[in-house]
Amino acid sequence: MADLTNEDVLKLARLARLSLSPAEVDYFVKNISPVLRYVEQLQSVDLKGIEPTSQVSGKTNSMRPDEVVDYGVTPQDLLKNVPSTENNQIKVKRMVG
Amino acid sequence: MSQWQAIAAIAQAVADGKVTATDLVDQSLKSIDDNSEYSAIIATIPERARERAKLIDAQIADGVTPGRLAGVPFIAKDNFLTFGSETTAASNILRGFEAPYQATAIERLEAEGAICVAKANLDAFAHGSSTENSDYMTTLNPHDKSCVPGGSSGGSAAAVMLDMVPFALGTDTGGSIRLPAAFCGAVGFKPSYGLVSRSGVVAMASSTDVIGPITRTVADAALVFDIMAGPDALDSTTVARESDSYCSFEGVLAGMRIGVVAEFMDEGLDPAVKTQIDKAIAAARTAGALISTVSLPSLPLALACYYIICPAEVSSNLSRYDGQRYGYSDASATDLEDSYIMARSTGFGAEAKRRIMIGTYVLSSGYYDAYYKRAQKLRTKLIKEYEAAFNDNDFLISPTVPTTAFKIGHKVDDPMQMYLIDVMTVAANLVGTPAISIPAGTSDGLPVGLQIMGRQNHDKDLLSLAHLMEQII
Repeated sequence: MADLTNEDVLKLARLARLSLSPAEVDYFVKNISPVLRYVEQLQSVDLKGIEPTSQVSGKTNSMRPDEVVDYGVTPQDLLKNVPSTENNQIKVKRMVG
Repeated sequence: MSQWQAIAAIAQAVADGKVTATDLVDQSLKSIDDNSEYSAIIATIPERARERAKLIDAQIADGVTPGRLAGVPFIAKDNFLTFGSETTAASNILRGFEAPYQATAIERLEAEGAICVAKANLDAFAHGSSTENSDYMTTLNPHDKSCVPGGSSGGSAAAVMLDMVPFALGTDTGGSIRLPAAFCGAVGFKPSYGLVSRSGVVAMASSTDVIGPITRTVADAALVFDIMAGPDALDSTTVARESDSYCSFEGVLAGMRIGVVAEFMDEGLDPAVKTQIDKAIAAARTAGALISTVSLPSLPLALACYYIICPAEVSSNLSRYDGQRYGYSDASATDLEDSYIMARSTGFGAEAKRRIMIGTYVLSSGYYDAYYKRAQKLRTKLIKEYEAAFNDNDFLISPTVPTTAFKIGHKVDDPMQMYLIDVMTVAANLVGTPAISIPAGTSDGLPVGLQIMGRQNHDKDLLSLAHLMEQII
């Protein structure tokens, strides 16, 4: 299962919105497979009856009042890194033909 | 001998008017310039640093009570958002990014008078163990230029040992503070999960990411940590800190129960590293510590667990890099989907792409239960084994890394060999316990790191013990 084919890598890339050159596909087929083989050791461990852990702080919900707090950051500060803006808004390419 | 005194002494000298913040900033910037051949620094912040120094000097002249870090220059890993320079995380996709606000950790240090003078190199997005995955350059080890400094906070550790600053900040997701500290001969402290706010730090794996200091001494690390630690409204994952100062060390080695981790002292360990670790253990025994061997049977599986959970969280965190709100974007894209793909495919380096795809694989329907969920269950098992070990031991001890610094280029073509470097550090991240690497001698001129782990949220005890150990090694 863990030895990936070219098609597997292309599918993963598609899911992650990456486009790979043929050389990159070969490269990742070759060096992702050993990592997956390594992590497959967990398949043979007896983990019956054990609950999964997703975080280790012991915290549950962290509530705060739903109100505007002024941290001194302006819309202009936030927009200065945006590649394309118009009228103080983020401009993106068209979504449908 | 370092050109820098203890951090508390530097701040005191500034407060007493014996030295100015401006002089310290100049001294630091000169040292950065003198050591440029090591490629530890991505950007300096001379203008803002000098302005802040001038302000602090003026305040002191006016009789304003100076902060606990008055005039102390420091360097932040370039995945901390800072004013006065770009923040790139050593990635091409963030080249040119100007932070709209600063990380909470930076704000807290500045509030005490510290001055950020530069941003340190790292593996891009902190993905790596050598800084060779930086999209810009590889940092050289201060002890041997043909060797890596470790990673991912390699620039930060090298900067401290090259005497550029008295302290630097790092981030540790699977060992990224402790490993470069060990390879460079510094002290590297990874606090308990949640003790330092991560607001304004580029996220890698959110369930294990922590922030910590890299310094020359445990006392310096404790002081910097004491100022950064504590809840932050901007990071809802932060937890309560101990109310006492982390700087007031307590206890003696005599009677302290220290467990040597059996799984990390076995055949995978470089004999020269083992010799140094055995010496440190013998010194602790002579000082009256009660040394025993402790086994955590699931530890050999921790790395496999980590390299499922970490890429899964990386793939999720890096999905925000879509070229729309910030970061690299290609104007020639035809539609939105194309725009995402072009930004990500050009902007991300090989290691980020690899981790994104591994993460996508282990989270995809059909494999989720077999990989991600099993890793989460193993994480529970590890936590239980640590709890059991800490019933009988006050601290756990091991090498930080199985080897000393390796040659540049040696592992770069084999990601699995690179990942194996983290074998002794990842468990503390998965479990959430504090861990520190302190220097424990050298082998062939290259530093060896001793790792000490403590109980979760008992960081003061760990720092106290590390301070004691540092005196006798």
